[in-house]
Amino acid sequence: MSDSSGGSNIVVETTQRILRDRCTPALVNEAERGEFPAALWETLEESGLTLAWVPDEFGGAGAEIADGFGALRAAGEHALPLPLAETMMAGFLLARAGIACPAGPMTVAPVHAADAVQVGADGTLQGSARLVPFARWAGHLAVPARRGGEACVALVALADCAVKPGQSLAGEPRDGVVLHGVRPLELAAAPGLDADALGVLGAAVRAVQMAGGLERTLNMALEHAVTRVQFGRPIGGFQVIQHALAQFAGESAAAGAAADAAAEAIAAGAALTDAEVVAEVAAAKIRVGEAAGVGAAIAHQVHGAMGFTYELSLHQVTRRLWTWRDEFGGEAAWSIRLGGIAARAGADALWPLVTGTH
Amino acid sequence: MPVSFRFDPVQLPPEAVALREEVRAFLREEIAQGSFSPLGTGRESSWSPEFSRKVAARGWIGMTFPKEYGGHGRTHLERYVMIEEMLAHRAPISFHWVADRQSGPVILKYGHEEVRRDIIPRIMRGEASFAIGLSEPNSGSDVFAASVKATPAPRGNRDGWLLNGTKIWTSNAHRATHMIGLFRTSPPTKENRRFGLTQFVVDMTTPGISTRPIINLAGRHEFNEVLFQDAFIPAVNMIGERDMSYATATAELAYERAGPDRFLETISVLNELVRSAGPEPGERLAEGIGREIAHLKTLRRMSLSVAAMLQAGKTPAVEAAVVKDLGTNWEQALPGRARGLLPPAEGDESYAAVMRFNTLIAPKLTIQGGTREVLRGIIARGLGLR
Ligand SMILES: Cc1cc2nc3c(=O)[nH]c(=O)nc-3n(C[C@H](O)[C@H](O)[C@H](O)COP(=O)(O)OP(=O)(O)OC[C@H]3O[C@@H](n4cnc5c(N)ncnc54)[C@H](O)[C@@H]3O)c2cc1C
Repeated sequence: MSDSSGGSNIVVETTQRILRDRCTPALVNEAERGEFPAALWETLEESGLTLAWVPDEFGGAGAEIADGFGALRAAGEHALPLPLAETMMAGFLLARAGIACPAGPMTVAPVHAADAVQVGADGTLQGSARLVPFARWAGHLAVPARRGGEACVALVALADCAVKPGQSLAGEPRDGVVLHGVRPLELAAAPGLDADALGVLGAAVRAVQMAGGLERTLNMALEHAVTRVQFGRPIGGFQVIQHALAQFAGESAAAGAAADAAAEAIAAGAALTDAEVVAEVAAAKIRVGEAAGVGAAIAHQVHGAMGFTYELSLHQVTRRLWTWRDEFGGEAAWSIRLGGIAARAGADALWPLVTGTH
Repeated sequence: MPVSFRFDPVQLPPEAVALREEVRAFLREEIAQGSFSPLGTGRESSWSPEFSRKVAARGWIGMTFPKEYGGHGRTHLERYVMIEEMLAHRAPISFHWVADRQSGPVILKYGHEEVRRDIIPRIMRGEASFAIGLSEPNSGSDVFAASVKATPAPRGNRDGWLLNGTKIWTSNAHRATHMIGLFRTSPPTKENRRFGLTQFVVDMTTPGISTRPIINLAGRHEFNEVLFQDAFIPAVNMIGERDMSYATATAELAYERAGPDRFLETISVLNELVRSAGPEPGERLAEGIGREIAHLKTLRRMSLSVAAMLQAGKTPAVEAAVVKDLGTNWEQALPGRARGLLPPAEGDESYAAVMRFNTLIAPKLTIQGGTREVLRGIIARGLGLR
């Protein structure tokens, strides 16, 4: 057992420190009202976190992949209303495609498998993307796009695109972006970095954010259970509440372990669409997504009416959990894929699929 | 306060990875020779002294026991890999299972030197098997209400104790060579109702011990009633200090609760579901299978993480309860969820057979080794709620 502050390394500690001080419930609510938290963004950018996954030679901080995931777990814990994860993912794609990273907030698309983007014969893009996180606040977009049979990564200026505002369940920008006819600032062939690869990376990232968010809501529920008094004692003294929280703790721990597995698989450095990476990430997105549903429900039940208010910050995390579950593939889509992998491998290969090669 | 349970990732060392291949090869060979069926329909007994002796010959019983007692001095991670392979292939390991998992480690930790020298080598040769004597007719979840008496009774020049009373639900008592039992040596005190109980190693051939079968709902004879009538056990067989078992019991539970046996008991359902589904299942079936694999992979990581905690010398009792709670709930629900995806009558014959057996054994999974409710109580205490 330990406190919820995560690992002991410098990247994660820095993130925790910044977010604990600066990512307050008031700031999260302001962001939901549409104010871009520019000062906090600058702090994150100055710390190097936003380009954590970009090697030095491409203008990034060159942090370990695993440390980046640690920072994103903290971001999930604090309901950070900024495109830190998206900028990190964009940097990941761009750097691997050999494209230098611009400064400022970035985002990625497609988030949903159906939104394929192509490069036309004239070098402009075809297609559009729905529910793109923070598009209206971002300067640039990294998009895996197909040029004929070839996987490419495009760097696009969002100023060149039509952006239709929309909102996630958490009130974060999730905007439609029309890419049709847009000429990318940069375009580079990037074998293996197709939309599916981004889907795998995005699923791992969302799983990690959810694991952080779940741990936070668990702690809020525990705190509430020992302070709220009814029938003459803290509600945490009632066995039903204890058992619900015990179940929640199990779900949160499982989410943490599953998210770690996904992060670890990606950090190991194989291609994002490598079979073993896909299996680990699929398992994580499924397991964490389920845990998010169960955990958020228990957190709200334990909080009573207070938890249903806008005033209490519980919703800042639970609404993000409900959003992240559906992004980069929900439990159902990943289950179908993982089940299909298992079926094709056959019953006698099931156990090796479970253990992986290590 | 903030608390949460951490199950840190584990990188298996190369020797554990190599061991996995060795164990898989051994099991493939045994299956090919017909020494057991990996199917898990419950038709074959999982109790096989012959098989246990083969496992012993490979050095896979008492892997973590220290060298000075003839142990192999290997890591908990290596042992973890070995047992998960045994369990996933449904190898018949019941004979040595309890001894290897908990009785041996407990004797090593708290037993008298004389008993250690005597029993540990026998466990490692696959000759000693253990039953667990905790439950009594009036003491189930409330383990510390145990009342089977141990009274001091020197016999000739040997110090010893006389046992009297009845234990119940004792798995394998009719065929195990030994038991570690919990006995009342003093009344509880006002301040500590858990005081007054002492564990002893009991030789099951001791005169005055008899067992009566209890047939379970699957029609099998696995658990028993055990009657003690003036059964004499030597004083050296005491484990730990007199009256103080409550202080040492937690360590045993950490061994007992977090292993892969706590989520792999109904695994044949998933294997045979995948077999019946064929290479191109419909979306609904694929989705169901994918979900179960996601749970299974996660449980396995958590259990492996507990093995690493044991290796680091910790006593992860609460973490073990978390894994057992998640694991047993999952393995218990598996046959029911499989049924929803593919009715038994519509799958292969082998699927129907494993579904029959595992549907019948499912109820026990959240009772044996501490009920779901007891585990959640332990977790709640770990969360600071009790
Ligand atoms: C297949 C099998 C094998 C077993 N093998 C062994 C063995 O080898 N050795 C051995 O010693 N025992 C063994 N047991 C017994 C097992 O340890 C007990 O069944 C278990 O501890 C529960 O005790 P009980 O059956 O008396 O149920 P009870 O304790 O009477 O419980 C009945 C129900 O009430 C609930 N309950 C009890 N107390 C509370 C509470 N305070 N709060 C909330 N709910 C509560 C329980 O969770 C359960 O749901 C075995 C059991 C099974 C099913």
